[in-house]
Amino acid sequence: MILSNTMVGKGGRRTAQWPAGVATMVRLMILVAVSMGVLAALLVVTGHDAPQALRAMVRGAAGNWYQFSSVTIVRAVPLMFAGAAVAVAFRAGILNIGAEGQLLAGAAAAAALASITSSVTAGIPAALVVLLMLAVGAFAGAFTAAIAAVLRHRFGVQEVISTIMLNFVALNVVGYLVRGPLQEPLRIYPQSPSLPAALQLPVLWPGSRLHIGVLIAIGVTVALWYWITRMAGGFRVRAVGLNAAAAQSAGRIDVGKVGTQVFLLSGVLAGLGGAVEYAGTTYALYENFSPGYGYTAIAVALLARLNLLAVVFTAILFGAIDAGAGAMQRDAGVPNVVVSVIVATLIVLVVLGDRLERRQTTLEQGT
Amino acid sequence: MIVDAFLEATIRTATPLAFAALGECVSQRAGIINIGLEGSIIAGAFGATVAASVLGAEGGFVAGALAGAVVAMLFAILTVGARVDQIISGTAITLLGLGVTGTLYRTMFGVGGVALSTPTFSAIPVPFLSDLPLVGAALFAQPAPTYLLYVVVPLLAWWMYRTHAGLAVRAVGESPVAAIASGISVRRVQFVSLLFSGAMAGMAGATLVVAQTGTFAEGMSAGRGFIAISIVVLGRWKPIGVALGALLFGAASALQYLFQSLGLTNVPYQLFLALPYVFTLLVLATASGRVAAPAALGRK
Repeated sequence: MILSNTMVGKGGRRTAQWPAGVATMVRLMILVAVSMGVLAALLVVTGHDAPQALRAMVRGAAGNWYQFSSVTIVRAVPLMFAGAAVAVAFRAGILNIGAEGQLLAGAAAAAALASITSSVTAGIPAALVVLLMLAVGAFAGAFTAAIAAVLRHRFGVQEVISTIMLNFVALNVVGYLVRGPLQEPLRIYPQSPSLPAALQLPVLWPGSRLHIGVLIAIGVTVALWYWITRMAGGFRVRAVGLNAAAAQSAGRIDVGKVGTQVFLLSGVLAGLGGAVEYAGTTYALYENFSPGYGYTAIAVALLARLNLLAVVFTAILFGAIDAGAGAMQRDAGVPNVVVSVIVATLIVLVVLGDRLERRQTTLEQGT
Repeated sequence: MIVDAFLEATIRTATPLAFAALGECVSQRAGIINIGLEGSIIAGAFGATVAASVLGAEGGFVAGALAGAVVAMLFAILTVGARVDQIISGTAITLLGLGVTGTLYRTMFGVGGVALSTPTFSAIPVPFLSDLPLVGAALFAQPAPTYLLYVVVPLLAWWMYRTHAGLAVRAVGESPVAAIASGISVRRVQFVSLLFSGAMAGMAGATLVVAQTGTFAEGMSAGRGFIAISIVVLGRWKPIGVALGALLFGAASALQYLFQSLGLTNVPYQLFLALPYVFTLLVLATASGRVAAPAALGRK
């Protein structure tokens, strides 16, 4: 379909000279290098000290162990969830641009549950509440995705538009919640009350900010990879993405049902990511909860060529870019919105690269 | 009194939506879904902001149109030139537009703090017509871009159905093969249509700045590019229909003023902010757009 057959790395192509994995790594490094070049150009054009800014960026991302584990990886966690959500959906040919809204819905649901249970206090073990928070978050994400899924399945509404619209709706719902029902008790700031320590996700080791959410993220992503590549359900997803018509007629796969299920799964992942981010990092819900995770996740997924194992690594890459951008702003005065420029550039380069590659293969095969 | 404010707000809100939607209408008629419209709008807004302080509101408006066209050209190079999937490249262009304008804005005008202010068009009341009861003030006491729209809409409708160029655009969107057979350059038509849609979207963004708010804010396009796509579906890909659709969406957005005037103040304002997006979903769900769409829409 639109993406899958160009995106998914095919191992052992006739014309490949290097193993597919190595080629992917090389192309990844080239893409990053070009994007850094674009970034450097933008910095120069806007009058910044490019070398200083770039040095600050690298230091901020991986300068020391604390930076790497407690900043870069921590920022990579929601990107792993959202990136997995996008990758899974894109594999089935479903362009879920709504990971942003689904993530917000998950965070909002988790915050809502936390506020309810606080008034019930004792009786429920904290671990159970945390589990419930994650579950509710996943459900909220699925619900948000379900709206777009139904619109797509029953009414033929293109999911690109419906999911983007739902992102804005979710944003406004959060805006309402943090000024209304979920606002902190002093009623000064538009944010939810701080999550009590007992309900926060535990950190991996003392002094770190890296919480067990990263283990959940990696675990879920690996499990998804296994499902997609080795199990019948995942095979159906890939079949639908590669050629829906063939899957329906020759494969006798219920394309509509598979599409809707994948859409919901995508929502679950993004919603879970939002809940994890709330319970593990921010401990509060507020308006700018997501600095565009859902959109960055598109780049994460595309750069990983929709391979779920690779998503873990590209998520870390973007976590590094995000952490680096924060440092760039602090140390070199570069506005960190410059991240979206890098993200967009990478997306453009990835799709262009795939186009060129397809043309190249077509030429070589003589079709 | 209440209705006056509501109607005025309707026209005011509909103006940028109509610009963007009319542009998208032409590009979709040529078979291309320009999802990068949002990028063109924000580029137009920023371009207008930068130019208006030097060249005044009129200069800002033109600069906005140019900026929007440049962004659309990038999109055209990707989709018409390199035949990349329209949806993906459109999304990337939108992200790029939002990111670049945000970066440049913060670099040039600082992080928060000082409020930026640009010269704006003032409302120009048309003598006699603006005194008409009920609709007079709403229709005929608007800033210049709205009047431009009054001219563009019928002109576009005439152009699309009564000129060779308009026929070429429609032919390309219905059957590129047939168009090529009759000697029309599909790529050139699509390229130019995209430039037009970008310029119109740029004007939409410019209107937001130099005819309405008088300032720039990151992401101020607020999804109008996507709402415009929905308006095109609602208007059945016809310029007059699209203009009416924009009016309807303007009314939906202006509803909050009506509610406020009627004293219904305990409704959270986020509901009204979310209304255009929900409305878009409803329109897309119910308008059976598949039948009326150009046959080769979205095809590579």
